[in-house]
Amino acid sequence: MAELLDALAVALKAGIGFQAVFFALLAIGLNIQFGYTGLLNFGQIAFAMLGGYGIAISVAQWGLPFWVGVLIGIAAAVVLALLLGIPTLRLRADYLAIATIAAAEGLRLTFRSVSATPITAGTRGLSGFSDPFVELAPWDTARRYSILGTRWSGADLWVTLVGWLLVALACLLVWLLVRSPWGRVVKSIREDEDAVRALGKNVYVYKMQALVLGGVLGALGGMIYAVGTASATPDQYQNANTFLAYAALILGGAARVLGPVIGAMLLYFIIQFADTGLRTLIGNGVIPENLLSATDVAQIRFVIIGLGLILLLIFRPQGIFGDRREVMLDAR
Amino acid sequence: MTHPTDRVRRHGRRSSPARAGAREPVGALRRTGLTAVRLALIGIFVAGLTAFVPSGAQAAEDAGERIFGTLQTSVSGPIEGVSVEVAEASGAEVDTVETDEQGRWSVDLPGPGQYTVTVDADDLPEGVTLNGDPSRTVTVDEGRDQGVLIGLNDGSRNAGGGTIRWVELLVSGLRFGLLIAMAAIGLSLIFGTTGLVNFAHGELVTIGAIVAWFINVGAGVPLIAAALLAMLVGAGIGALNELALWRPLRRRGTGLVAALVISIGLSLLLRYLYQVIYGGRSNAFADYRGQRTVDYGAFSMTNKDLTSMIVALVVLVLVAVMLQRTTIGKAMRAVSDNRDLAASSGIDVNRVILVVWMVGGALAALGGVLLGLSDEVQWDMGFRLLLLMFAGVTLGGLGTAYGALVGSIVVGVFVQMSTLVIPNDMKYVGGLLLLIVILIVRPQGILGSRARIG
Repeated sequence: MAELLDALAVALKAGIGFQAVFFALLAIGLNIQFGYTGLLNFGQIAFAMLGGYGIAISVAQWGLPFWVGVLIGIAAAVVLALLLGIPTLRLRADYLAIATIAAAEGLRLTFRSVSATPITAGTRGLSGFSDPFVELAPWDTARRYSILGTRWSGADLWVTLVGWLLVALACLLVWLLVRSPWGRVVKSIREDEDAVRALGKNVYVYKMQALVLGGVLGALGGMIYAVGTASATPDQYQNANTFLAYAALILGGAARVLGPVIGAMLLYFIIQFADTGLRTLIGNGVIPENLLSATDVAQIRFVIIGLGLILLLIFRPQGIFGDRREVMLDAR
Repeated sequence: MTHPTDRVRRHGRRSSPARAGAREPVGALRRTGLTAVRLALIGIFVAGLTAFVPSGAQAAEDAGERIFGTLQTSVSGPIEGVSVEVAEASGAEVDTVETDEQGRWSVDLPGPGQYTVTVDADDLPEGVTLNGDPSRTVTVDEGRDQGVLIGLNDGSRNAGGGTIRWVELLVSGLRFGLLIAMAAIGLSLIFGTTGLVNFAHGELVTIGAIVAWFINVGAGVPLIAAALLAMLVGAGIGALNELALWRPLRRRGTGLVAALVISIGLSLLLRYLYQVIYGGRSNAFADYRGQRTVDYGAFSMTNKDLTSMIVALVVLVLVAVMLQRTTIGKAMRAVSDNRDLAASSGIDVNRVILVVWMVGGALAALGGVLLGLSDEVQWDMGFRLLLLMFAGVTLGGLGTAYGALVGSIVVGVFVQMSTLVIPNDMKYVGGLLLLIVILIVRPQGILGSRARIG
């Protein structure tokens, strides 16, 4: 029982930790693109990677100030969104999906390739770029703090706090946007693109704006993750993360301001609880070692996510908070 | 996964481009094949390889040691009048000779031991350069006539053994392209008949390889039988996909995008399940290991690679014949052309889709086995291939079987040949870049029609 409580505490911490912030920001970005505009961006992780590496390369390799790195990361995300959007946004939705997933995988392979090593340090990755940010914390980052029975390092606490502030700002932005005329146009594009075009709106530009905005939010998520882990390696930015963010979005409810945030917290809580719980059960011998070994647990979480994604979309596509009428999604 | 508003796709006229493209892939293959053969003939070039030069009389009179070689390239022919110096290990010169009109040279040696052979690079004709170092150290055993290879470059190839690098890459690209095509035809046909962009298709490739590996290595069944069993399993899993998941979903009227995300969930689920069951290692099959490459002149390849090329080619031709000639093939094309019209002319659409899934699953499984044969079996091999399949299918035109064939071969060749200019570990990036370029230049693909891209 005590072990179960421990697992709960670990999961609770994960549910509000910077990893949850990371997925929340990715999912908020996807919410603008997919939930409101109906764009299928399957390469959200590429934006996060550009954000994270934007800081890492600028600070660790080029010796630029931290905030310049942030700007470079955001600029890189905007450029990627434009590059992907220009050819594909005039086409059917699935073309954008294929192009973005290809770009994400291609970028990751490029960043981890031997020839990129002088800039990205290859698979080993970069570190030592987060200090300027951590030093900004108003408290002693070397100490450990105890909050609600969970223990945090000062640095983690600072990154997490800033992260949640970003999430709050992003939610505010989304809330303001979807109540504005812009939000109404974008939602109508999701429902019927041709009708919007008939009203004289430039659908292409609106889609592009949504893609760029969502991509920038993804980049911010990547920055939080890079600063939180104090390192940037290409394999942190696996394609599967995009789909975890989708799972978070759909779990919380697409086309809802707080849907992706609640979804990300819940998702990370579930993942961590399953992870720790399974490890504990294996350690106790409740689950025999030959059925499932401790090393397999990391994979099982993706199996659970995949299954959850399927079941959610079949039986409750609106997630927890969504409106079913708003998420009867279809390709154009 | 059709949807009422999806009229563009359903009523798109694609029959004529599809038919027009029927002869295209074979033609393209023959063209590239011919080029390869011609280049192979031109490119065959031997530098000191013709070791059987000395005449019988000479061999008889020499009981002692000799060192010899030939200088020639395919472009310049035999090179005459190049001075070749042979020196002992101490540096003392044994003899300096010039090559005769057949490019041959030979030096009699005082005894066994180490000798250094140096070619005077200044004597070489215009355009011919040495492949690296002008001198070579050889050890001559007692009583031996020792041939010496000195690599020459006449500009028709890059440095390396007896092969031309870009021809080699072209051939391996063709092989890779045929494998992609085999896996991608199912993807394209499924898209054509149901509108589903199946992100879990790569997992059908992986399951083929994994099942074959377990049967081959675990149960000790020969690989050919294991591959056939794997194809059966692939067809079965394809059928299961359709019957247990996609058909009920179609009946519920699930949207295309929802279906697409479901296929991603399925892909995650299966991929990581494979990793749990199979493990994260990559393993080779038990059969046909460590084959040596066979030299075909301009290129070299192992017998297993050659066989998998032939198998892929034969299977693809069979698929083309099936699509073109048989009733079920015609029905497949009819359904992917216009589902409602096909249904109203008495075609059992659900049955056709089921067959498409089974054929697609079996082909993907076979593709997985062949890929595992050349690159080893891995839990995420299908997913990595998936993106190249998408590239191929998009290039050829989403939803057309022949388009998938042509597009995949182009992508395979492009990926392999891109290593001429970009590092090897980035070759997939080239393929993915190609995909994005296609979307800019010709989003409907080579054989697709404008109407379906919406």
